[in-house]
Amino acid sequence: MGNTRRLFLILVPYSWLLLLFLVPFAIVLKISLSDSALAIPPYTPTLDLSAGWAGIKALFADFDFENYAWLAEDNLYWKAYLSSLWIAALSTLLALMVGFPIAYGMARAPEEWRPTLMMLVILPFWTSFLIRVYSWIGILGQNGYLNQLLEWLGLIDEPLIILNTPIAVYIGIVYTYLPFMVLPIYATLEKLDADLLEAAEDLGCSRFQAFWLVTFPLSRPGVIAGCFLVFIPVVGEFVIPSLLGGSKTLMIGKVLWDEFFANRDWPVASAVAVLLLLILIIPIVLFQRQQQRQQEAEQ
Amino acid sequence: MIRNTTKLLGAATLALSLALPALAEEVRVYNWSDYIDEELLAKFEAETGIKLIYDVFDSNEVLETKLLAGSTGYDVVVPSGTFLQRQISAGAFQKLDKTKLPNLKNMWADIAERTAVYDPGNDYSINYMWGTTGIGYNVGKVAEVLGEDAPANSLALLFDPANMEKLAACGVHILDAPTEVIPAVLRYLGENPDSHDPDVLAKAEPILKAIVPYVRKFHSSEYINALANGEICVAFGWSGDVLQARDRAAEADNGIEIAYSIPKEGAMLWFDQMAITVDAPNPDGAHKFLNFIMDAENAAAASNYVYYANGNLASQEFLVEDVIADTAIYPDAETVKNLFSTTPYDQKVQKIVTRMWTAIKTGS
Repeated sequence: MGNTRRLFLILVPYSWLLLLFLVPFAIVLKISLSDSALAIPPYTPTLDLSAGWAGIKALFADFDFENYAWLAEDNLYWKAYLSSLWIAALSTLLALMVGFPIAYGMARAPEEWRPTLMMLVILPFWTSFLIRVYSWIGILGQNGYLNQLLEWLGLIDEPLIILNTPIAVYIGIVYTYLPFMVLPIYATLEKLDADLLEAAEDLGCSRFQAFWLVTFPLSRPGVIAGCFLVFIPVVGEFVIPSLLGGSKTLMIGKVLWDEFFANRDWPVASAVAVLLLLILIIPIVLFQRQQQRQQEAEQ
Repeated sequence: MIRNTTKLLGAATLALSLALPALAEEVRVYNWSDYIDEELLAKFEAETGIKLIYDVFDSNEVLETKLLAGSTGYDVVVPSGTFLQRQISAGAFQKLDKTKLPNLKNMWADIAERTAVYDPGNDYSINYMWGTTGIGYNVGKVAEVLGEDAPANSLALLFDPANMEKLAACGVHILDAPTEVIPAVLRYLGENPDSHDPDVLAKAEPILKAIVPYVRKFHSSEYINALANGEICVAFGWSGDVLQARDRAAEADNGIEIAYSIPKEGAMLWFDQMAITVDAPNPDGAHKFLNFIMDAENAAAASNYVYYANGNLASQEFLVEDVIADTAIYPDAETVKNLFSTTPYDQKVQKIVTRMWTAIKTGS
């Protein structure tokens, strides 16, 4: 009886995983092994269930890795993957540098303020993501608010060109993903035992040393979670670079768009997506393993 | 338990049967952005009692991907000629029932003859608008940067790096559409603009790579506002869009004068065609919409608003003077001789072109 219940409890999350992750992935993987065609849908072969077992066999017989070979042949894809990873890494670092002090300030604020501060971090989510990115166009544009302000202050004579440059992309990404960095760090810092800091200072640590030797290491789980939450979606980001960036920002999301829309080549687009998934998942799995081993060793 | 379910089902059925008659008849139209007088939409609803759901896109590629994915939910879509041709062979459209389109009599035989290249017999589509792809520019700024004799009527303005280097400071946008830009470069080089030969197409690459550092953005709709408010001074774009920018600047009274020129080397002539999707939820309503658009006064109202020429001969008497008499909109016979059209690339050539386009834009 106990076993069936346990099985059932395990079954629920796993069926979600299967339904929301594995099935879509299988569809993408299947398309990535097909060939593009001028038809609806624009690839071949398609699964013909009416033919039964023979249909499934015919489907598998037509699969090949041609699209993956194509990706390997053209250096565009590698450049785009590398450039996306670089942009994501730099944005994550910037978000951490901005986000950590915010989270720290929130965690050290008087307890009655904290719900309000938390609310302020979450508040932007109440408006559409697109509208928030669009408003940056209004702020950063040549006749935008930022340039007007700087000119009014007398800091610049000529308007700065920020919109449609990589700087605008970084501003947009850091702004958009900041809450994902702040919240997990805040969660770990808030739970931090203040006695530990007192003890550190009693034992002769300066404030900075106490921060560096006690607070920061203890906030590591939050920092790691925040970095993952920012890094992973930014690698595949498409909207922010296409709205705020110029044409020179090469990102894999844009390449995917081109394959999908301009080339009508769903199979190659799917192959790009599968490869992106592997590039992200393999290092993360390795990292988690290493973390686990470290934890076990510590125990 | 079972009784509860039955009750629930009964309630659901009741709710459905109550809701269904309330659903008004709908037609869903997917058209280009900034491409209609919104009053026409209200007029259609008032005349037919059909609710119109109107969405917009700014690239043929987006439309095509939706069409090829199937079940778009749209009844009427507006691809350009070359895309239409390919989509017809993919089976994306249904044949028009011409008995439901009495206003076909208003259409212009000259234009119908040209669109028949893409859609033989015009069996699947009607012409909505046609136009050219050319140069939109800020008259004052360009003269200030390049002098009074600036080559604003020549593709050299865009494709000669010496000019672009100077224009970079005041801003240049180029359509993010390789099938528009590459033929223009080939024409500038004296090649066949409709060439599908990869070796000929490759000749466009060095020309574009040389000017890319001076292009602020490749985009297919932002240039209307950017021209109008002075963010950029030159755009390679569609005729009517540039003329809309001209009007927006005039309305804003910001001292910016925008003009459109058909380059002397020649320009692409394109046709945007209305067609009914193969799985249209309401084909009957879609035919009504097409017939409504082909009404002479309605077609004229649309052209008067968007500054594009239409394929409706009967509408011409209702066109205002600054549309029908403007050679940027209705080019004269001499200019028409210099216009060219293109045909769709096959999959292999399309891949080469897109790859080249990415390499050009990213400078890699």
